[in-house]
Amino acid sequence: MDELAYATEKEGMMKKLRINKIIRNYTTYAVILAVYVIVNWMIQRGSISSLFQGLLIPLCIYAVLAASLNLTVGILGELSLGHAGFMCVGAFSGAFFTQVTQQIFTNGYLRFFLAILFGVFFAGVAGLLIGIPVLRLRGDYLAIVTLAFGEIIKNLVNVLYIGKDSRGLHISLKSSIDLGLEADGKVIINGAMGITGTPKDSTFFISILLLFVTVLVIQNFIHSRAGRAVMAIRDNRIAAESIGLNITKYKLLAFSISAAFAGAAGVLYAHNLATLTATGKNFGYNMSIMILVFVVLGGIGNIQGSMIAAIILTLLPELLRNVSPFVSENRMLFYALVLIFMMLFGQSPKAIQFRKKYFTLSTYLKEKPKKEV
Amino acid sequence: MALLEVKNLGISFGGLRAVNNFNIQIQEGELYGLIGPNGAGKTTLFNLLTGVYKPGEGSIFLDGKNITSYKTIDVNKAGIARTFQNIRLFKQLSVLDNVKVGLHNQYHYSTLEGIFRLPRYFQIEKQMNEKAMELLKVFNLDGYSHYKASNLPYGQQRKLEIARALATNPKLLLLDEPAAGMNPNETAELMETIQFVQKEFHMTILLIEHDMKLVAGICEKLTVLNFGEVLISGKTSDVLNDPKVITAYLGE
Ligand SMILES: Nc1ncnc2c1ncn2[C@@H]1O[C@H](COP(=O)(O)OP(=O)(O)OP(=O)(O)O)[C@@H](O)[C@H]1O
Ligand SMILES: [Mg+2]
Repeated sequence: MDELAYATEKEGMMKKLRINKIIRNYTTYAVILAVYVIVNWMIQRGSISSLFQGLLIPLCIYAVLAASLNLTVGILGELSLGHAGFMCVGAFSGAFFTQVTQQIFTNGYLRFFLAILFGVFFAGVAGLLIGIPVLRLRGDYLAIVTLAFGEIIKNLVNVLYIGKDSRGLHISLKSSIDLGLEADGKVIINGAMGITGTPKDSTFFISILLLFVTVLVIQNFIHSRAGRAVMAIRDNRIAAESIGLNITKYKLLAFSISAAFAGAAGVLYAHNLATLTATGKNFGYNMSIMILVFVVLGGIGNIQGSMIAAIILTLLPELLRNVSPFVSENRMLFYALVLIFMMLFGQSPKAIQFRKKYFTLSTYLKEKPKKEV
Repeated sequence: MALLEVKNLGISFGGLRAVNNFNIQIQEGELYGLIGPNGAGKTTLFNLLTGVYKPGEGSIFLDGKNITSYKTIDVNKAGIARTFQNIRLFKQLSVLDNVKVGLHNQYHYSTLEGIFRLPRYFQIEKQMNEKAMELLKVFNLDGYSHYKASNLPYGQQRKLEIARALATNPKLLLLDEPAAGMNPNETAELMETIQFVQKEFHMTILLIEHDMKLVAGICEKLTVLNFGEVLISGKTSDVLNDPKVITAYLGE
């Protein structure tokens, strides 16, 4: 083959690859939008049970959690078992913000938007502060210490009392009485009793929007200069140092972004409940591990996959409930079977090949292979 | 003034004296060979030069600047790039991205500009792509730019490591047995490429090689290391004819 033909051939190939990449990235956004439109239409037609309607916001929350944890586990390559802790920080700081500013902002959407930013900020800062000591550790040690920090956050929140009166904010780690509030004062965070009376600002629309933004930010981060540095550090730390990458900076950056989005999910969670308390069930290691299961089953480093896993595994117990009495009674057994099935086949090379063949948009747009001349 | 000047460098691992009283001067633009039998301390010397190990004693000057106590990252920023004897690529990244990470400290846009895809993102990424492709072309790797690095054949992986090191725009390039595991054809081609890099980029190169014949062909000067100490250094032809070298290195 002469030089020119080779060059054009190569150019064409590069172009095709670029197009494939663009399609792959935009498919996710298109799917999220499509899901929103279809679900909304079904709600209007009344063809979704109220049980499933109640699941819509949690589904988005879990998908955001899974995508954000995948940034730490898949892209940064560090096993974190404390993701629920950051969600907890976001939940409480977001709900706190809403409570304090309820009189100031009359526009609910604006207030909720600011509450999300507030929660994101605090969760991000928590990620940074915890990341500084934790990211010095490797592998199993890092996993154990993140687990501990997650539990510490949860327990701290359980003894945190914050009240507000005409003199301002009061904080105590003992009891609500120690706050010494004036008669007009109000306890906002009441230790183990948490925060009550947060307005239910979370809607399906806002949840989908947040999911959209999460995917956008994480995907764009991965495909930027900083994201490449993070993945380089993951793949080979010594080589990354040898080409002058600031290891600590990029590890902390990825870890904080991951924590920040967990915080955003937390804010949604807090505004979907009348009473917010920090228990082992919602912010404990059980939750952290469940999010990790989404990531592992959906594919480590595969943002879309982990969101799909989050959705399937959250819906599954509810779907099984409706199948037959036998399945319904033994639904945890079936749940376990599906987990095992996904673990065995979800990420096997054959399964990936199969999905590439039948479930990628670009395969349908591909031109027929040219005949050999 | 020499580009690299090393004085009395030494390090011990427990009781083992891995490098002892090592001196070298490399002039700008030179292609300099470092040879020696297994375990002589060649790789250890590279690790000392690049701040992976802290020297027990001695000092390192790059372009007149004392870089002895620099951390690895700062050594690279000061102008030394290296490859590794046991290949260390960013395996999951594409060939192109491996080189683009190497360009990291020369092309800047902020993380926010990257996340929100502001115009500078596209502008700088385009420049990075062009520069990276240019470097890949030097090593005949431009056709593989979209391959995952770990899927490249072994010989190409070694070349990619050199391209990545060059991407950091170093003053001095350290190559640790770049031809290891290559067949004779690949080796010959690689040696040509190394000479090309020296000429085209006006690069100063310190090359570790096991195979004496190989270095003899392309290096102007040689230093022979034996049991952590310099056996002899000087012009290639002088070194090769030295009886000490013949007994110590070639045996008998
Ligand atoms: N981190 C370390 N800890 C202990 N000993 C070490 C360490 N690094 C190197 N050594 C020892 O120092 C000596 C020199 O090793 P080095 O790897 O520098 O040799 P080399 O000349 O590169 O050999 P080769 O040609 O096999 O690559 C060896 O005896 C080695 O075992
Ligand atoms: Mg060696």
